[in-house]
Amino acid sequence: MSDKNKSVQKTSSSRRKFLVRGGLGSIGLLALGSCVFINPLRRSALGLSESLVLPYSGKGTDANLWFEFTEENTLIFHSPKVEMGQGTFTGFAQIIADELDLDMNSIIVQAAATDTGILDRFTTGGSLSIAQLYNPLREMAAMMRQMIVNEASKKLGMAVDQLRTREGFIDHPNGSLSYAEALANVTEWKLPKNVALKPSTALKHIGKPIPRIDLHDKIVGAPIFGLDAEMENMLHATIIRPEHIGSSIKSIDFSEAGQMPGVVRVVEGKGWLGIVAESFSQALAARSKVNIEWDIPKVWTEEDLRAYLKVGEGKQMITQKVGAALEDDDEFVSLSFSSPIGAHAQMEPNGAVAEVKDGKATVILSTQSIGATQHSVAKALGFKTKDVNVIGKYLGGGFGRRLDTSHAAEVALIAREIGRPVKFSFTRKEEFQNDMFRPPTHHIVKGRLNEQGGIANLEHHYASGDVAINSLLMPPAMSKMLGTDVGAMRGANIMYGNIANRRAVQWHKTLPFATSFWRSLGLLANTFAIESFIDELAWNNQIDPIALRLKSLGDDETQTRISKVIKLAAEKSNYTNELIGNRAMGFAASIDVGAPCAQVAELSLTNGIVRVEKVTCVFDCGLAVNPDQVKAQCEGSIIMGISAAMHEKMGLKDGRLFPINYGSYDMALMRHSPKEIDVHLIQGLDRPLPVGEPPLGPIGAAIGNALRRLTGTRFTDLPMKLK
Amino acid sequence: MKISFSINGKSQVLELDGNTPLLWAIRDVLDLKGTKFGCGKAACGACTIHVDGKAVRSCSFPVKMADGKEITTIEGLSKDGDLHPVQQAWKDEIVPQCGYCQPGFIMATAAMLNEIPNPTDEDIDQNIINICRCGTYYRMRKAIHKAAKLQNLQK
Repeated sequence: MSDKNKSVQKTSSSRRKFLVRGGLGSIGLLALGSCVFINPLRRSALGLSESLVLPYSGKGTDANLWFEFTEENTLIFHSPKVEMGQGTFTGFAQIIADELDLDMNSIIVQAAATDTGILDRFTTGGSLSIAQLYNPLREMAAMMRQMIVNEASKKLGMAVDQLRTREGFIDHPNGSLSYAEALANVTEWKLPKNVALKPSTALKHIGKPIPRIDLHDKIVGAPIFGLDAEMENMLHATIIRPEHIGSSIKSIDFSEAGQMPGVVRVVEGKGWLGIVAESFSQALAARSKVNIEWDIPKVWTEEDLRAYLKVGEGKQMITQKVGAALEDDDEFVSLSFSSPIGAHAQMEPNGAVAEVKDGKATVILSTQSIGATQHSVAKALGFKTKDVNVIGKYLGGGFGRRLDTSHAAEVALIAREIGRPVKFSFTRKEEFQNDMFRPPTHHIVKGRLNEQGGIANLEHHYASGDVAINSLLMPPAMSKMLGTDVGAMRGANIMYGNIANRRAVQWHKTLPFATSFWRSLGLLANTFAIESFIDELAWNNQIDPIALRLKSLGDDETQTRISKVIKLAAEKSNYTNELIGNRAMGFAASIDVGAPCAQVAELSLTNGIVRVEKVTCVFDCGLAVNPDQVKAQCEGSIIMGISAAMHEKMGLKDGRLFPINYGSYDMALMRHSPKEIDVHLIQGLDRPLPVGEPPLGPIGAAIGNALRRLTGTRFTDLPMKLK
Repeated sequence: MKISFSINGKSQVLELDGNTPLLWAIRDVLDLKGTKFGCGKAACGACTIHVDGKAVRSCSFPVKMADGKEITTIEGLSKDGDLHPVQQAWKDEIVPQCGYCQPGFIMATAAMLNEIPNPTDEDIDQNIINICRCGTYYRMRKAIHKAAKLQNLQK
């Protein structure tokens, strides 16, 4: 692909651009759980937000560029979404290949820059790219195909019904012509109405495990990432920011740093200091010579944090209320759970290359929010938005971290000050200290059985820092209207519809450091608490935990889909409550954004070392555009979940976020990953669901439930480690 | 200082501070972008290259230590335009997700297979200690076993 991309760039001046105007469809998914509020507007908004499946919201009524054909008969799709690893671009190419009748190899997918295409103002995230764009993209591709046929009909003087499209060519009774030939010299487009989509039986690419289109680039080390970008004559910058929570610069002395080899200029910003040098290592070397006195109003400790964030503190909001609440003098079981601060730790550090020249700015970077980055850069420079072009590259991991790329504005300010292009990158220490962390959580789960051995009451009380609140995806007015943090709420409500009395209560507080979206948001910790509790209830009453779950489910469509994944996971894993030698199994299930998932973790205990040997995963992902990549998302989620559940923990040290590098931030490595991950997909709906996050739900509890059987101990705090 | 080495079979003479990490000489001076910056402290392995056939984390390897050595980066791993067996196995197993860490893993694996042509799972656990945040370890393990087979077939 890299060679192809290069050749396209060379011929860019002769490229023909086709403007396609389209009405974009939208999808809606069933929201799980019921939300009880007085205000019906808020209820419906919260229902939508709980699933966080928002309709695709690109500027669909404007004339914008989606498809671009080159003279080589190659199609470039200017994607409104970026690629951060989930195989989204491949899914898009499959959809286009089917509806536009193109060979996969003649499709190039690249992220739309702000001046080349439509951007989705809801950014790239929430695992929504394929789910949101499946229908709009099929419609647009089908429309494009029809327009090509119409143009060919005009050129050939033949009726449309004499023409057949085939992998980039139009066959007619006397031969064939390429799409590019058909489209040559077309300047005005007439949009056909009522274009039919192909029947599912005619689809050759959608639903097939086709290899990723970025596979070759990614195994040969092609320069496709944000940090690989360069501009001619550029300099390198590093930026010093406060390290202590809530601190600011009191006084600064950079006289020595300014004299260091290669240093071109030191730029003072609002609350930060940029050092610009000929090379990045020179900038870093100079940085160590800067003397700063910090103003640190409070040295935060982990004890402070635990006291600050807990159930019963902060803003209370009932997010689920069915039946009666447990009263204090009722008899019930109660368990407390917690999860720590989590770092994104994506492999590619944040950075950007920027140039400001003649009243215009260009910024190249890896971001989940191309549009928001354009706005923040324009605002910082005092430019009109249209005078800033943001070019998005492949992301070396996102996981929510790159929703905020506000550093781009600082790089642009430095570039303007210097009058030359500037490239900037966070160091790894800065990544760890300036992350928009997964907030720590605290949970109290209460419940009791009824006389029939089913669950009579189940309550989940959960405390969290900001996830969606105060983020760029959630304007303050919307946060206020919803009254709750819909991100912290993911997976917080009880999914079992047959439990007569169930409720979920959120306790929200904004922490003194930035917390935000981390892959699957609240799902990981919330499911850990609820599904560990159900397992404990079953264990203590000698009830089969799977039977208890199935009994707790109702019989509507969604409840039935949850039942199905639970039953199939039990079957495929040969689930047992008994120990098998030095091994034990743990079971858990969840539903997130309408996609149910059940997992069985099989753990071994040898000489005091616990290992996850095997994970069985059954996932109802709806229509799988690329089943192999859906499975890859399950595998990746499981391993990231093992890492979060058994290894990772950010803490505080001397008032700073700590640790500050890989290694000391303990993460799952090859040796901690299961040798066997057995994924089974159920396609329980005829539309694609988000797949990048739901499989992160059950894994923590599945591990905890296996540990209960293996060690006799109930683990209630993440990360779970043997003493 | 003046430093000369061979990189991907080509001789290079560089004039730069000898303490500059080799990573930056490779990325920014020689413009070979396949070797990645991940942590700067030899903790993640994204910058893994070969120096005289051994895996080295180039972010923490001063360029002066490369003087007179033979360096191979991901760009020079395959010969004659074919994919190296490790790359081929990676392709067959569809390993990469975001892809950023993959060149480092591929280089680490290629170096391991030179020492241990038929690695056991335990060999893999002990020798492949790079970090992948997308969690592609499961497919990587399969790809490593496959690469060993492909490489042994070539011999």
